[in-house]
Amino acid sequence: MTMSDTHKTLLRGAKVLGGEPRDVLIEGARIAAVGTGLDADGATVIDAAGQILLPGLVDLHTHLREPGREDSETVLTGTRAAAVGGFTAVHAMANTFPVADTAGVVEQVWRLGRESGYCDVQPVGAVTVGLEGKKLAELGAMHDSAAGVRVFSDDGKCVDDAVIMRRALEYVKAFDGVIAQHAQEPRLTEGAQMNEGVVSAELGLGGWPAVAEESIIARDVLLAAHVDSRVHICHLSTAGSVEIVRWAKSKGWNVTAEVTPHHLLLTDELVRSYDPVYKVNPPLRTEADVMALREALADGTIDCVATDHAPHPHEDKDCEWGAAAMGMVGLETALSVVQHTMVDTGLLDWTGVADRMSVRPSAIGRLTGHGRPVAAGEPANLTLLDSAYRGVVNPAGFASRSRNTPYEGLELPGSVTHTFLRGRPTVVDGKLTPTPQP
Amino acid sequence: MKRHLISAADLSRDDAVLILDTAEELARLADRPIKKLPTLRGRTVVNLFFEDSTRTRISFEAAAKRLSADVINFSAKGSSVSKGESLKDTALTLEAMGADAVVIRHHASGAPHRLATSGWIKGAVVNAGDGTHEHPTQALLDAFTVRRHLRPEASGVGQDLAGRRITIVGDILHSRVARSNVHLLSTLGAEVTLVAPPTLVPFGVESWPCEVSYDLDTVVGKTDAVMMLRVQRERMNAAFFPTEREYARRYGLDGDRMSRMPEHAIVMHPGPMNRGMEITAEVADSDRCTAVEQVANGVSIRMAVLYLLLGGNESAVAAARTEESK
Amino acid sequence: MDARTSDAARPVLEAPDIARVLTRIAHEIVERAKGADDVVLLGIPTRGVFLARRLAARLEEITGRPGRIPVGSLDITMYRDDLRLRPARALARTEIPDDGIDGRVVVLVDDVLFSGRTIRAALDALGDIGRPRAVQLAVLVDRGHRELPIRADYVGKNLPTSLRETVKVQLTEEDGRDSVLLGLRETTPADGK
Repeated sequence: MTMSDTHKTLLRGAKVLGGEPRDVLIEGARIAAVGTGLDADGATVIDAAGQILLPGLVDLHTHLREPGREDSETVLTGTRAAAVGGFTAVHAMANTFPVADTAGVVEQVWRLGRESGYCDVQPVGAVTVGLEGKKLAELGAMHDSAAGVRVFSDDGKCVDDAVIMRRALEYVKAFDGVIAQHAQEPRLTEGAQMNEGVVSAELGLGGWPAVAEESIIARDVLLAAHVDSRVHICHLSTAGSVEIVRWAKSKGWNVTAEVTPHHLLLTDELVRSYDPVYKVNPPLRTEADVMALREALADGTIDCVATDHAPHPHEDKDCEWGAAAMGMVGLETALSVVQHTMVDTGLLDWTGVADRMSVRPSAIGRLTGHGRPVAAGEPANLTLLDSAYRGVVNPAGFASRSRNTPYEGLELPGSVTHTFLRGRPTVVDGKLTPTPQP
Repeated sequence: MKRHLISAADLSRDDAVLILDTAEELARLADRPIKKLPTLRGRTVVNLFFEDSTRTRISFEAAAKRLSADVINFSAKGSSVSKGESLKDTALTLEAMGADAVVIRHHASGAPHRLATSGWIKGAVVNAGDGTHEHPTQALLDAFTVRRHLRPEASGVGQDLAGRRITIVGDILHSRVARSNVHLLSTLGAEVTLVAPPTLVPFGVESWPCEVSYDLDTVVGKTDAVMMLRVQRERMNAAFFPTEREYARRYGLDGDRMSRMPEHAIVMHPGPMNRGMEITAEVADSDRCTAVEQVANGVSIRMAVLYLLLGGNESAVAAARTEESK
Repeated sequence: MDARTSDAARPVLEAPDIARVLTRIAHEIVERAKGADDVVLLGIPTRGVFLARRLAARLEEITGRPGRIPVGSLDITMYRDDLRLRPARALARTEIPDDGIDGRVVVLVDDVLFSGRTIRAALDALGDIGRPRAVQLAVLVDRGHRELPIRADYVGKNLPTSLRETVKVQLTEEDGRDSVLLGLRETTPADGK
């Protein structure tokens, strides 16, 4: 299907942010009109009756693995997975090979994203050279590059040196950047394999204590306040972390936080199977943590859902727990898990989902074209969801190159039927379009 | 009994008593001129050891050989495993060789569980110690030793350990022996108390079916058996305790402490012992110390486990005729 | 031996019959062993052990040597040829009298002789324990249908049976009463193969 810039699409009867049915007319890259009984003249009409229309989802935390680990994911396969999941923008984490710690690497990733056409790719720059935590990377050069990096993270590793963290927080103020911290005190997590608690004690797996996350978060919110900068907490996973972020926000400090879908649903009880598909960092926590995270996402203490989509090749999971890689894929199941854990439980309405999965992550990443209202004149980055759908997760059908999902065989609600990136469909009737043109 | 032995926690009281009773019968083999049974003729038992443990390996090897099984020792050291072959590929190799049972020792907790549930092999899996998880045959031989001493009537056959008080002392945190023993001894009705410095007690221990004490002296006077665990000197460098001297003083078993134990109480040690650390030579060499006896009992227990796992065939439906074949 | 015996099982030997045949067997043993000086009785668990003890008591009575007839038990589980057809079985006790079996006349005692496979296993087990001068076999009931070239030296009762029939021996020590019951196996679809 080829389309000119003025191609028109009419979404008929979509429930915008879960509200009353509306017709939404897309013309070129923008939303032309939102109303009732809109004229379909010349437009491709999509019957969206009963479906939920959301602004295109934005992920603050995606591992696209390219360059370096193309056996697990590439920018193309990752962005295709993102489109299937309803995302129109993803932040590509810096822990590639080579590390995205120079303008050259971030520009390469950014360019690959543009070429894919399925989803905007906003590279994240490393905070320190080689993620080694010792020497600041050229943060300014990465910001000034074509990639326009504003989010910096050593994700996978914690910036544990307090002085380096302080300097990074200070330095990025010059260009309104943010440091996204992977909060993990390294000494407290030596040999860590799973959440430290009742289950780790029984299984004899090295414990990853909650305090290793919470102590870093406490330090960093204090540092951010001290130097009046912005800190973002990656994949917050414990009830204690929620309390610290809530306290920091009550002080008016510039602190934001994300939670992954898997931490909203799964607990460390699953590790009893010793199946490495449940091995992830930070680890799956307890039921009490899961409930605290849901509540915090509902009340806004946690700003957004981020997938921490972490593809791994089969052999890195088809082994004993101790030898397995950490991480789970998440792009294609994120919205379903959020519907299941937050919407179907009554904790969040669809306006809330739009806020936590599009508006706020865009604001944190300072993306201007995403997270916008569904209104005339706005960019047509949109996701249409059949929330009545229920289906069993089957990784064989994933667009991602990797299959390491913890949800295989689980019935989850919601299916993305259409995704539009600047007016162009990347997903139609749940299937990827062959070649969306940039 | 189940097809695999992965965890002492999987054993019911009746399973455990059956294993101990079977071992009790098999132990009598030691008095016979021919210490061998034809039971597992033609069966292949692979000892798959990713960690060095000569004691455990030869114990399993002796057990399998006394049951006439063919034994293949597969040591990860110097083999393709040390060249990066995965557990899966090793397992597929053993499967291709027709292993009826794989006795696995692995540094990663859960590796035997993975081997048993992954579908890589069809044979029975016996956990011979995995990481800091479990070592079920060690717990079984410990329970066997305790039963022989504390339930001497009919060598304890048919009996459990109801009401017996057993104290486990030392590095609980890193001990697969302790984990297996807590499960098994409590399943058998014993009252288990763990004694260790707080740094060596696992976070989350409150869910375990046992008591925890930080003071050995308040416990020794009321215990029927004291099990001393090996404490690695390296733990000192990771700040689990200040010095060997202080550890030995607070948590070691010396003649003075032993003299305050009830007269019938025994001292156990899974070996190898750190004399002067968790146990003094005086105690180790005393009549009350069962360390050597435990080694002998290990062979009987492992014979019992191999027999019960491999001696029958759960899946075959016996023709009615065999029921009364005389 | 088979629990699946229909209710219509009929007694072929009652308590007095069993007592009588054991006495007869005891006399036969004394006669053949010329005084039973070097006889060792080994019962095959479970009921063979009780029968061996009863025979020992009678031999002591006949020979006037109370407490002098060695009696023990021989578990043959580990020597069975059908182990892999069923789940692993619990072991029974093997108890060899203190003086052993070397150079003795070992009389194996069992309740029912059927295929002969149990006795074959018992002979193998004996071989691992010692070298008797001779091995003899005493059974309460011989029901025929041998599958191996084995025969009994002392038989309480020859009982011609069909394969559809079951023979169940009950002894006071285990079952609360003495009797031998002949019944019909409850038919199942698997039968008749």
